[in-house]
Amino acid sequence: MNNAQPLIQGKNLSLHFGERQILDKVSINLHAGEIVTLIGPNGAGKTSLVRVVLGLQAASGGTLIRTPGLNIGYMPQKLHIEPSLPLTVERFLQLALGYHLRRGGKRRHEREAIVESLALTGIEHLLKSPMHTLSGGETQRVLLARALLRNPSLLVLDEPVQGVDVAGQSKLYQLIADIRDQRGCGVLMVSHDLHLVMAATDTVICLNQHVCCHGHPSSVTEDPAYLELFGQTAHAGIAVYTHHHDHDHNMHGDVEHADAHAPHSAHHHCGDHDHA
Amino acid sequence: MPDFIWYALLAGCGVALMTGPLGSFAVWRRMAYFGDTLAHSALTGVAFGLILSVNVNLAVTLFCLLLALLLVVLQNNRTIATDTLLGILSHSMLALGLVVVSVFADGWIDLYGFLFGDLLATTASDLISIAITAAIVLPLMIWLWRPLIAITVHEELAQVEGIRVAWVRTTLMLMMALVIAVAMKVVGVLLITALLIIPAAASRRLVKTPEQMAVGASLIGMLAIAGGLLVSFYWDTPAGPSAVLCASLGFALSLVKKPAI
Repeated sequence: MNNAQPLIQGKNLSLHFGERQILDKVSINLHAGEIVTLIGPNGAGKTSLVRVVLGLQAASGGTLIRTPGLNIGYMPQKLHIEPSLPLTVERFLQLALGYHLRRGGKRRHEREAIVESLALTGIEHLLKSPMHTLSGGETQRVLLARALLRNPSLLVLDEPVQGVDVAGQSKLYQLIADIRDQRGCGVLMVSHDLHLVMAATDTVICLNQHVCCHGHPSSVTEDPAYLELFGQTAHAGIAVYTHHHDHDHNMHGDVEHADAHAPHSAHHHCGDHDHA
Repeated sequence: MPDFIWYALLAGCGVALMTGPLGSFAVWRRMAYFGDTLAHSALTGVAFGLILSVNVNLAVTLFCLLLALLLVVLQNNRTIATDTLLGILSHSMLALGLVVVSVFADGWIDLYGFLFGDLLATTASDLISIAITAAIVLPLMIWLWRPLIAITVHEELAQVEGIRVAWVRTTLMLMMALVIAVAMKVVGVLLITALLIIPAAASRRLVKTPEQMAVGASLIGMLAIAGGLLVSFYWDTPAGPSAVLCASLGFALSLVKKPAI
């Protein structure tokens, strides 16, 4: 699948503010149908790299090639809606759907799309809720719903499960992986929680201003640079799931799970994170 | 009722029509200080207009527009917190205006009128400049409504989704500057922000959508102007401040109601 032109091709991207080096010769490729996860300690430049990829921040050096006309669904790390702005979830999602006046039939279609994306992220019941009353986890789900609503060819998710309850986290990662499978879009994710995200990733980029190591999750977690960066955590808590790319899909495009548990996992995991 | 009341009512309602939606954005985007800064600097614009003997309305408008652009630039390079920056500029501009006026234009202008407005002295040419401003601002507002809401919700999200955020934001600032330049006539430089903020805040609890809030703010603004003129007519109070008080009363009454959402 990696023979095609990548959606995103970044070479030797550097970024500095004054004296402060944020990114140092970071290269990143992302293909359609691929999930790339950025991990790294605080201040490693994960969000900065995302901003550069999105075009929100110009790189100080290096080249970035994006597929022309790339439709991006972006999920920012935080969203704060002023309580003074009367905005329901429905209306918030409408904002993602083009910026022209919409009429009649198209409007009905639009409503269906909104309800559908809310159902995907498990929050249909919030359709009429005011945005400023949502909890952190609910807001994350609404943001994900919004990113999906644009039917993007690239999903960019900055800490997508932040604030989501533990049970919901693995479900959301699973959802992201399923969406990738069904729609064939590329996914760029930033994450802190190592063990859950590993299961849902094709390529991990371990960032600490420069790329410490990158590759398949199972190889990255054995890389000395990774172990140095995440040392104790890596040993104590990370379950490296066996990661199959040769999963099957059923008639509906859902992934058929094979049964596999990480042999040395210190945690008990509800649900099955084999695929993804 | 005499003619000048009708002139005043028309002028006030014309301004309130624009301050409704713009004031809503001022509330949503926390731009009250921004409005203050522009309004306070209008007095400096007046003074320069007199010194250079150009049309005062034109001088004020240009000065406000220039300052709005300056503020956009300053806000982009964040070396200093925005509210601090605006606090400094706002009061420096007011002080500068007062000094320049007293040195160069003492006796030429009615300082009291500029500070608190002289709605009852509205002339036909004032009405024309308000009408022209409305003809520019209202269609622009409707045209840019969706992008404006989108950048108010989340600027970076809007930018990723293809909105030209810098352009939309600058246009909003310039519209604000235009409206402030004409609203000065109605309530004076010290009370313009009240006309932006109070009707919008009063409207908030009564509505369910941003559009309703903007329209509601316009209606409440118009009612406040009408109320202010009545009070002014019967009890001989200054019209602008009376209108502001009416708006405040409206806000106080709105507190009784539970928010619609």
